Amino acid sequence: MAIETAASARLDATFLALADPTRRAILARLALGEATVTELAAPFEMSQPAISKHLKVLERAGLVSAGQDAQRRPRRIEGKPLAEVSVWLERYRSVWEANFQRLDRLLEELQRSESPRRRARSRRPR
Amino acid sequence: MPMTVEKAEVTLPSEREVRVTRSFKAPRALVFKAYTETDLVRRWMLGPPGWSMPVCEMDVRVGGGYRWRWRSDEDGTEFGFSGKFREVQPPSRLVHTEAYEPATVGGSYPANEAIVTTLFAEDAGVTTVTTLIDFGSKEARDAAVATGMTDGMEQSYQLLDRLLTERTSGSA
Repeated sequence: MAIETAASARLDATFLALADPTRRAILARLALGEATVTELAAPFEMSQPAISKHLKVLERAGLVSAGQDAQRRPRRIEGKPLAEVSVWLERYRSVWEANFQRLDRLLEELQRSESPRRRARSRRPR
Repeated sequence: MPMTVEKAEVTLPSEREVRVTRSFKAPRALVFKAYTETDLVRRWMLGPPGWSMPVCEMDVRVGGGYRWRWRSDEDGTEFGFSGKFREVQPPSRLVHTEAYEPATVGGSYPANEAIVTTLFAEDAGVTTVTTLIDFGSKEARDAAVATGMTDGMEQSYQLLDRLLTERTSGSA
């Protein structure tokens, strides 16, 4: 469980960055390709400074970087922190999914054993 | 809950919470039963491969307690959860507290109690179970998720993409 200690500070920053719906929307937009602050601000009812503030949080978390073009400074998404969070969540998810697959089989078995009785009951005249 | 969720979905609805959603091809009365009768619970709530559930005690009524404990078949390490039922409304709703029981694994697991709300919604014979775990704080939530007990870790990078897509389309 090295991930707990080594990456926990980074995960904190990532989670903080992801806790806001505007920032998640910005990331979703950047997942489609790089964009300038003006382009990012367009779909939101928000000023460019407000968007820039959100971008700073995303940049601090390493989720977004700024391009070299000094005029446009296009932002792009950085995959690594996202991958860490998703690996972390995936591990948690797989524990639940293992349980749920056993529950699938159990429910199937219970329904098979219950159905003859149910059929007999419904056939009975009222 | 019109969507069928074929594989367990984990989302983070707030800083303190984790939500797990999954659909089952069974009526909700039966799913509720599988969640509340100990002889059924201990057949599926086993955690990762190689773990068994030697303790499964549940007194399913408001104020009633429960105790779950798991043991690794391989090296005998153990961990558990215990708590009390706060709401019991068959076949649609269960609320219970959940405290981590001191054990040989999961040292970083939060010591405070979580509140677990389980909702059962049925649509056309398919029951979707939504489990909302409120850890009480962000630190406790993150620590709990980090204490993944599995060794069969899948390196899937698709989950967050899905989370992001789902959240952004929902808030747009």
